Amino acid sequence: MKILSAVGRRVCEMVSSAHDDLAFVGETAVCALSLAIRPRDFRLRDCALAFERASFDALPVTTGIGFLLGLILAFQSAAALKMFGVEVYVSDLLAIGLFRELGPLVTAIVLAGRTGSAFAAEIGTMKVDEELDALTTMGLPPVRFLVLPRVVAAVLAMPVLTIFAELAGLVGGALVLQMMDVPTVVFWRHVASVSTVFSISFGLAKGALFGGLVGLIGCGAGMKTKSTADGVGVAATSAVVGGIVAIAVSDGLLAYLCYLWDL
Amino acid sequence: MSSSIIELSHVDAGYPGAVILHDVTFDVRRGEIFILLGGSGCGKSTIMKHMIGLNPVLAGTLRVAGEEWSRGTRASLCRKIGVMYQSGALFGSMTCLENVMLPLEEFSRLRRPERRDRAMSLLEDVELADAAQKLPSEISGGMRKRVAIARAMALDPEIVFLDEPSAGLDPITSSSLDDLILKLRSAKGMTFVVVTHELPSIFKIADRAAMFDKARGSMIALGDPRALRASSTDPFVRRFFNRGEANG
Repeated sequence: MKILSAVGRRVCEMVSSAHDDLAFVGETAVCALSLAIRPRDFRLRDCALAFERASFDALPVTTGIGFLLGLILAFQSAAALKMFGVEVYVSDLLAIGLFRELGPLVTAIVLAGRTGSAFAAEIGTMKVDEELDALTTMGLPPVRFLVLPRVVAAVLAMPVLTIFAELAGLVGGALVLQMMDVPTVVFWRHVASVSTVFSISFGLAKGALFGGLVGLIGCGAGMKTKSTADGVGVAATSAVVGGIVAIAVSDGLLAYLCYLWDL
Repeated sequence: MSSSIIELSHVDAGYPGAVILHDVTFDVRRGEIFILLGGSGCGKSTIMKHMIGLNPVLAGTLRVAGEEWSRGTRASLCRKIGVMYQSGALFGSMTCLENVMLPLEEFSRLRRPERRDRAMSLLEDVELADAAQKLPSEISGGMRKRVAIARAMALDPEIVFLDEPSAGLDPITSSSLDDLILKLRSAKGMTFVVVTHELPSIFKIADRAAMFDKARGSMIALGDPRALRASSTDPFVRRFFNRGEANG
């Protein structure tokens, strides 16, 4: 009976949590629509501050990881392609892989770990300190005041970070190929030949989508923070885990749609 | 116009699935300083959360300035109340001046210099003009509460709610906060609803008080706290006012 009761309680909690999440997404959507009608209500200064923290402050880590990713991919794939004497095609592989898939994916995971958790911790601390209650009783919806500026900032930050990560990855790949006596000019010519406007913009759009998910999940976790000793920590953890799961699931869906529509 | 600005009629207070106080009925009169008092965990802050529209009442009716909290009345009621939370709840990324200017930015039609002047005047009222450019983290707990009071009064609300204004403050700072509340009430004529269990504060500022008892889950006394101390026959009320001494 105890097990049944525990399972029942857990299911009820999950249903209630899903209901809260859905209500939060709905409230954010309604708020975004009302801001589209009255754009002067948008907290531009807060958005600019969140954008600066999410993008420029994250450039070193994102660029560094992008560079290492390109380096490792180039080493790994060159080892296989060298057997056929076509290591020059590492550049093609890198360009296609980074622009369409790995650039936005890895950047989004960094964003989830760095910015998603920060959003959850900031908003969670504000909730514990009764600042969300203060906003509510002032008649200022916390979603408009705190969530939307951060979500917009994350959406805008992702393409910027993705471009830097992709370029750094290509530089890493170019260095590896140079070590294997493939001229740099040949490397970049191959990159240019396989990179289309569609593949680059598709990757950036995917990045913006991932940014929105990370921002929304991070802020949502912050809004649900409990006033316990580990409340903010739990919120930050759930923001990172939720963000990474959402990125993986949406990336899988997009890959399937691309396959269906032959993109 | 009715002399009651807040009316609670047969209210059950608490959270869904957890009723803390049953059948609470009292009113707060316009212009008075009304205290919600009782021991820790008795539900006085919960009652305040119902009054300020954070949580809906579980049963009964609660009217603030003649209206019940609902989606339709929320916007207008929020303009009629100001709230100071126990921690101050100032926004950490804003200076004290910006915190006080925030409600004015959002809801007044004042231009920026006028908003600034108004916010500075409110900070002067709470004797903190010098701290205008400081962040909340750079000032003391008592100062944070004063800034929070200034912010709560920014839109000239009809009712100001103060949650445990003396909590965590030394007796001198606490007493000066009481003086400030009395000064603001006489200067602006606002109604104050104060949650506290600090006896010196209660006897200094209260016009009337409602006392709650956790064990009985109900309101057990209503009236002038000085009269309650002198004449109440309820053992809990007597113990409360005599600092826990059963026969004090």
